Amino acid sequence: MLSYTAKRLGQTVFVLIGISLITFVLLQVVPGDPVALMLEKRADPETIAKIRHELGLDLPYHIQYYNFLKGAVRLDFGTSYFTKEVVSVALIRSFKVTVKLACMAFVFAAAIGIPCGIFSAVKRGKRIDSVVMVLSIIGVSAPAFWFAIILQIIFGLKLDILPISGFDGVSCYILPSVALGARYAGSMARITRTSMLEVMGQDYIRTAKAKGASRWSVIMKHALKNAMIPIVTLIGTDFGYMLTGSMLIEKVFSIPGIGKLAVDAMSNRDLPLLEGTVMYIAFVFVIVNLIVDLSYAFLDPRIRYGKGAA
Amino acid sequence: MGEKLLEVQGLKTWFHTDAGLSKAVNDVSFFVEKGKTLGIVGESGCGKSITSLSIMGLVQTPPGEIAGGKILFEGEDLLEKTEEEMRSIRGKKIAMIFQEPMTSLNPVFTIGQQLIETLMLHENLTKQQAREKGIEMLKLVKIPLAEKRFDEYPHQLSGGMRQRVMIAMALCCSPKLLICDEPTTALDVTIQAQILELINELKEQTGTSVMMITHDLGVIAEVADDVMVMYAGKVVEHATCDQIFEKPMHPYTYGLMNCIPKLDDDDTKELSVIEGMVPSFDDMPKGCAFCPRCPEAMDICREKMPKLSEAEGRMVRCFKYTEEWEESSHE
Repeated sequence: MLSYTAKRLGQTVFVLIGISLITFVLLQVVPGDPVALMLEKRADPETIAKIRHELGLDLPYHIQYYNFLKGAVRLDFGTSYFTKEVVSVALIRSFKVTVKLACMAFVFAAAIGIPCGIFSAVKRGKRIDSVVMVLSIIGVSAPAFWFAIILQIIFGLKLDILPISGFDGVSCYILPSVALGARYAGSMARITRTSMLEVMGQDYIRTAKAKGASRWSVIMKHALKNAMIPIVTLIGTDFGYMLTGSMLIEKVFSIPGIGKLAVDAMSNRDLPLLEGTVMYIAFVFVIVNLIVDLSYAFLDPRIRYGKGAA
Repeated sequence: MGEKLLEVQGLKTWFHTDAGLSKAVNDVSFFVEKGKTLGIVGESGCGKSITSLSIMGLVQTPPGEIAGGKILFEGEDLLEKTEEEMRSIRGKKIAMIFQEPMTSLNPVFTIGQQLIETLMLHENLTKQQAREKGIEMLKLVKIPLAEKRFDEYPHQLSGGMRQRVMIAMALCCSPKLLICDEPTTALDVTIQAQILELINELKEQTGTSVMMITHDLGVIAEVADDVMVMYAGKVVEHATCDQIFEKPMHPYTYGLMNCIPKLDDDDTKELSVIEGMVPSFDDMPKGCAFCPRCPEAMDICREKMPKLSEAEGRMVRCFKYTEEWEESSHE
């Protein structure tokens, strides 16, 4: 188990280096000069050259990459070209907002999606199963911003019980989390149902019934623990997506999270901020995947012992 | 005749499928005596497993449905019991061992957790007592290093060991009836013999009645007192084990017997098979279900289904042993 964890951590380092390289190359390739954008065409070529020099953009690419990497290891991506804010400070500020939203949306999605999926699997073929599955399709396919606006109209304007924007108190996060979580709730319900149905047909479920175990114990204990592996994979990645911010939801609710930061960085060609944001997103996914992989071992003794023995 | 522990009367278990009504078990009657072993033989799909699932109350409804009959266990009809009452019977009074030891244990729980679960469900034990009893059961089914195995997961055990665990789990609450659904089919021949011996031994020790479901006549010869042969959802012959092996009467039974290759057979002799397949439920012949494959079938066989009737001290469903056969052949 320990060697497995160590091996996975080692892989993580290589993945991050690879991503940093690709990010760097792509940012050099995309059209649009940050300096020109900064100066809004007012500047003469000399000034542009001067600023390029100050920002280190006139250095050879491999030196630029080296400098970027050197900074990235210390979590120092430089300062934003536009706001002059230190990138890591901006990331942390936005992360604090996004993480609240992500956690609430995740809890909402899991609390609705997983029980609905189990319920639907147990009532397979009944009318209620179809109702849950139709709702889940709506959840998955309805555009988040549309759903967000509907929520704002109902709960913010008509009923006037929840704020429609801002990010001060917990109440501000309710509508955004529901809007963000809805599609994940839908996909969680679907994967839970599929996974449960597959497990419910297994021989060991029949054995559990033949023992005289109650229906509840058969479903919640014998079936669910086996069904959890695909569910965990999905919800891990889902949580990764939520943590990297939702541009649309943040826009609709005026929440200054990671999504907004990324959009700003992109539209301004703000290289340090963009590099910092992309590396943050990559890091989140790598960590989430690591946690998901390690949780398999927790859920499935075959993986735990198989790797230990190898 | 001993006391009847289980008596099945006219059991009909039907399945409503998209292709129509499948009468998987169609009017089956038999009984199991206390301390005896009844062997149920037949090809795949003849209804033998469904019969056992019906007794356990584990037939999925829908699509399944118990359309008629009675299952009397200790004089009480199991079909009248509520789910709650059935739960206290399953695993406690009637236990079952399945065909696939590799997949019948839950992979994410230890052997011990699964054994303890059965014990805690039915016996009034503390966790510690259940653990001790569980280890004792593992020793009883001759699992070496029982204490160590107790905390291992199913994938760490071989198929034979897992089947022993299944037997330990089935027997831990001292059931009155043990249903074994092809317990040795998935195992190596040497392990098969050990498992059968173990079942026999434990039966002697505990006085449990056994229903042994198999397609293997070798297994029957090993363990059964009585034998019931099933074909297409119906009983075709029911006799003692000695009678069956001495003189199989139904053409299907002796067809099965002939399928077993013998060591002193000539090398050049081809293996005998019963030609054809079990008819599917939507293609049942009008008369005897076996007649399309029967080498001795006569016109009468194609017209109506023979009754299960007594002949030479046993029950057999074939016109050959009735007066109608004589009349039919004189025509």
